[in-house]
Amino acid sequence: MATHPGAVLTPAIVARGLTRRFGRVTAVDGIDLEIPRARIYGFLGPNGSGKSTTIRMLCGLLHPSAGTVQVLGHEMPRDAERLRPRLGYMTQKFSLWDDLTVAENLDFMARVFDLDRHRRRSRFEAVTDEYHLAPLLQQRAGTLSGGQRQRLALAAATLHEPELLMLDEPTSAVDPQSRRDFWESLFALVARGVTILVSTHYMDEAERCHELAILADGRIVAQGAPKRLMGTIPARVVEIEAEDTVQARAVLLEDDAVLSVAQLGTRLHVLLRPDTPRPAERCADRLHDAGVAARSTVVGASLEDVFVAATGFKLTSHVAAAD
Amino acid sequence: MLQRLFAIMNKEVRQLARDRLTFGMIVGIPLLQMLLFGYAINFDVRDIRGAVVDEARTSHSRALVADLQASGVVRFAAPSASVSELRRRLDAGEVSVGVVIPRDFERRRLGADRAVVQILVDGSEPMIDSVARGLVQMPLPARDGEYRSRVPVFEVLTEYNPERRTAVQVVPALIGVILNMTMVIFTSVAIVRERERGNLELLITTPIRSWELMAGKLAPYVVIGLIQTTLVLVVGAYAFDVPINGSLLDLYLAAALFIAATLTLGLVISTLVKSQMQAFQLSFMTLLPSILLSGFVFPFDGMPKPAQWIAQVLPLTHFVEMIRGVLLRGAPLTEMGMPAAKLALFLAVTLAIATLRFHKRLD
Repeated sequence: MATHPGAVLTPAIVARGLTRRFGRVTAVDGIDLEIPRARIYGFLGPNGSGKSTTIRMLCGLLHPSAGTVQVLGHEMPRDAERLRPRLGYMTQKFSLWDDLTVAENLDFMARVFDLDRHRRRSRFEAVTDEYHLAPLLQQRAGTLSGGQRQRLALAAATLHEPELLMLDEPTSAVDPQSRRDFWESLFALVARGVTILVSTHYMDEAERCHELAILADGRIVAQGAPKRLMGTIPARVVEIEAEDTVQARAVLLEDDAVLSVAQLGTRLHVLLRPDTPRPAERCADRLHDAGVAARSTVVGASLEDVFVAATGFKLTSHVAAAD
Repeated sequence: MLQRLFAIMNKEVRQLARDRLTFGMIVGIPLLQMLLFGYAINFDVRDIRGAVVDEARTSHSRALVADLQASGVVRFAAPSASVSELRRRLDAGEVSVGVVIPRDFERRRLGADRAVVQILVDGSEPMIDSVARGLVQMPLPARDGEYRSRVPVFEVLTEYNPERRTAVQVVPALIGVILNMTMVIFTSVAIVRERERGNLELLITTPIRSWELMAGKLAPYVVIGLIQTTLVLVVGAYAFDVPINGSLLDLYLAAALFIAATLTLGLVISTLVKSQMQAFQLSFMTLLPSILLSGFVFPFDGMPKPAQWIAQVLPLTHFVEMIRGVLLRGAPLTEMGMPAAKLALFLAVTLAIATLRFHKRLD
């Protein structure tokens, strides 16, 4: 990947102090971004964290209240029209036409992107083949399943072979198998040099990105490769296996060193202050003193832990302090 | 560039062809309105229910009642015994007109200082009042040598519509009402629907230009408008004998200008609203004053000044003036310069507003 020619060029997207206010609400608050080419860059964040607003500003659909953006060297939103032919965009909601067939939708998008007749035909065949749309061509888009719509939307967004793809929560209405296939398709595109910006609220998807920005309340609270983020989490992570997770959780939250406790099935993931010595023993002692039977082990941080550490600290530490 | 324009047009037509309800409305609305206005709504009123109180009971009074009956305007039910009974029947809505022939009918008839017969009218219905007042014009029945019948002061010659048929007055203007209704609603809803469904968010990230998008969406409706015009003309000519006195070219030119004006109005509405429901309501808000103030129902010159000013801003007013001129009076479009210019001005202003308000952006 690192040897790909696209990777050494200037970044695909550069944003400085990007801000967007809606009335009194600040949806995006001073975001800085540098997104390299031929990479999948992820926006991870809960609903309302500013993912969609940021993507819309990056592709010129919304004017920023403050800050500057360059996308593929184009100043946005001033040069938005010049970016259009080089950009593919997939909206959060399926936004092709339900009452047109798959073939009609693709043909329409190819014409709107000004492909000549020859290229229209070759690209139509290429995406039909790549996204397995051949048996669906005469079906109305409104009758497709979630996964099929997904493939159609991606096919429509890549018809004109854009250098940059922006995908706003592309897999929110898709089954797990279709999600896996979808990501395979994204990696195939990246291998051809396409830069992909994708927003998601799925941890497993975020983990597949080359780089990631975690958004909360319109700000980037953590940024970097998922591996690095997990390695440098500002907390120690202890996994607890306990019979009575509810009580164990209550006991642990009373400890000043505990930043947050999240439940994963029968286990608890406990984040403690980074300067806590022997965190597993500390947890075990607390639980033993309270008479809760449990097993504690120090584990590596998952992306979920990173996410909690980056977004959830304030709330959980507040709760912990109040207890 | 033209490829994108045609792509949009092609898509609109396909979608329209598949939207059975809308497609049905394109034909259904004109036909329904034609039937409503052509048959049901009849301004030349006949067979009003009436009753007589004949206190005179002379051969002359009976002749007068027979003449009234023969006019076809009033159909008399059983006579009433007294004026008070007549009033009761009027109150009950049993009859709309009462004719009272007083006991001294013969004396009044010969003298000239007092009215001979009294007519009581239910004033709660607008048309009946004016028709009953028309009865006043009727001369007394004449008998040989008894007296000279009065010669009326005025004689009315109704030009362009000698038989005074309502259809002839209504159908030309009805073209305008139907176009106004369908064009404004269809375009505003068509555009808002794309925004509601998220299609517009996708479209504006493509290289398509605003004008291509607007023109591509509107063009199919120009054709639909002309089809509706033809439909109304044909039904009007065959079912209601409405004459086409002017040139067809002038007529279609006028219609095209009006269609363009209503389409841009729909476009402006689409930029003001958020949902299809709002688009529908706002379209309707422009429709009602158009129908009432344009001169379609009430004569324009008889309206109070403020209503006339409002009517000036409504495209239908100018179209009604033009279409009546071209279709009934056979006037060439060149003589319709003023309304045509006003319509063109309306078109220019709404187009400017729509262009300013229609951005390839979400904010």
